[in-house]
Amino acid sequence: MTRRVTDVICPFCGTLCDDLEVDVSDDGKQLLEVYNACVIGTEKFLHSQAKDRVTRPRMRQDDGTWKEVTYDDAVEYTAQMLAKAKKPMMFGWSSTNCEAQSVGNEIAEIAKACCDNTAATCHGTSLIAVQDIGLPSCTLGEVKNRADRIIFWGCNPAHAHPRHMSRYSIFPRGFFTSKGQMSRKLIVVDPRCTDTAKMADVHLQVEQGRDYELLNALRVAFKGEWLPDVVAGIPKEKIREAADMMKSGRFGIIFFGMGVTQSLSKNHNIDEAIAVTKDLNEYTKFSIMPMRGHYNVTGSGEVFAWQFGFPYSVDLTRGFARYNPGDTSTVDLLIRGEIDAMFTIGSDPGAHFPISAVKPIATMPSVCVDPHLTPTTGVSKLHVPVAFNGVECGGNCYRMDNVPIDCRKVVEPPAGMLTDEQFLIKVRDRLKQLKGVA
Amino acid sequence: MAKTLQLNLISGRTINQGVAIEAGKEKPLYRTAAGIIEMDPSDFRKLGVWKNSNVRVTSEYGSVVVKAMETSQGPHPGIGFIPMGPWANAIINPDTYSTGMPTFKGVPVTVEPALNEPILLGIELVQKLCGVKVA
Repeated sequence: MTRRVTDVICPFCGTLCDDLEVDVSDDGKQLLEVYNACVIGTEKFLHSQAKDRVTRPRMRQDDGTWKEVTYDDAVEYTAQMLAKAKKPMMFGWSSTNCEAQSVGNEIAEIAKACCDNTAATCHGTSLIAVQDIGLPSCTLGEVKNRADRIIFWGCNPAHAHPRHMSRYSIFPRGFFTSKGQMSRKLIVVDPRCTDTAKMADVHLQVEQGRDYELLNALRVAFKGEWLPDVVAGIPKEKIREAADMMKSGRFGIIFFGMGVTQSLSKNHNIDEAIAVTKDLNEYTKFSIMPMRGHYNVTGSGEVFAWQFGFPYSVDLTRGFARYNPGDTSTVDLLIRGEIDAMFTIGSDPGAHFPISAVKPIATMPSVCVDPHLTPTTGVSKLHVPVAFNGVECGGNCYRMDNVPIDCRKVVEPPAGMLTDEQFLIKVRDRLKQLKGVA
Repeated sequence: MAKTLQLNLISGRTINQGVAIEAGKEKPLYRTAAGIIEMDPSDFRKLGVWKNSNVRVTSEYGSVVVKAMETSQGPHPGIGFIPMGPWANAIINPDTYSTGMPTFKGVPVTVEPALNEPILLGIELVQKLCGVKVA
């Protein structure tokens, strides 16, 4: 027999879908089928059941083989590493719950570590822009019920947030958007004709890296001022068409992604996108929202901000929190050779950092806490597999619009496996002993 | 002499890459999903290789062998797209210009045929580039 668990939260992307249903075996030990999730979310749930999963910590030996160790050994290695290091880095946090992040922050404070989350290579530049000029935003519920102008700028939800469009932004019928897709106009700005762009009423195929100019041209077009014939590869008539479409809506929203945060100009692109939103509020109601990637990268920013005052790239080495991206950010610290121990949890810098920032990790004491095998576990000295957060344990997470949602436990983890939080608590307690902290 | 092609490289998510990372980055599926470069049909003609050929992509920062695929999200002549992952990150520009954010998009690269060179698995590629000893 099986039983159906309803209202399950999907721990993949920042959309944090909360309507999944999962079939589990009667004893709660096996996950059998997933309903309502996108193909990526389904894969995440099903992969937790993989027969070849690593279920005990492993230490890399000098000859390149792995030796299985106990969780207590893993706690000892991690605590000793953090206690001895002059400038340890504690990176990741985006694929775990807020409770674990908070324990991690306690450890970072005792170890005088640098701590950073995956926003550093994702929406970090958006956070810089928000600190520059603020962020007029809203919730996804408001988008669903009110928005009739949707702009996807440098993001491709058809691939990266597969259910975003059906749950919130394009297709759903909301209170003031009762005709669903027919009530909305969609503008997509992307240098490729992406699967999202193919659905658009207007696709502005911007020259790669020229987003700032195009955003600026839109601000000119709102005011009806003179424009050159072509800006960023887009004819001025098309820019005016898009500008008029934005102005004529009752409620609009700009969703933006890596196309603007990772291209040259970086935070300045976002500054300008927020300025576009501000300008539009002179004509109608407009909001802007970053398309956050990991399911709890937003939560990580929140927890850092509550506890240290800054959302990412925090340096505690002087005993108080400093924040200066470029100086205290992980990629820069690694490339400059300032880090002497690496603790990774809930992310994969080995796959997603430039290789010149990964090479130093392979040469220093390093721990990777991750249920999967990844390039980061492949270069780390100690791999600590843990229960899948959101599948095998619950915990608080934040959706991309800063709405907290409690994830649910659906199945039991393999016998004897710890969760992120349980492992971190053991490390914290051992580190306190080593450092003589009460 | 083999032809070469200059492209502007960007990286990013694809749904296949998303499925592959959740299915296990040690599996060949990850290489199938992310060890590729998506190119415009016109760029295939300029380079003079068949679709699904192995090519070497080289930037100022590194070099990597991937499979050249015809883009499904085109046209985008002049732009090469490698899904986010170790293959793209072997060659993207690590400079953050004091923002903490490497320049993952907009990297000038040269593409050349590499028909007989192997495409490494994801973890294997990172271990090799980092000089990690593997049993």
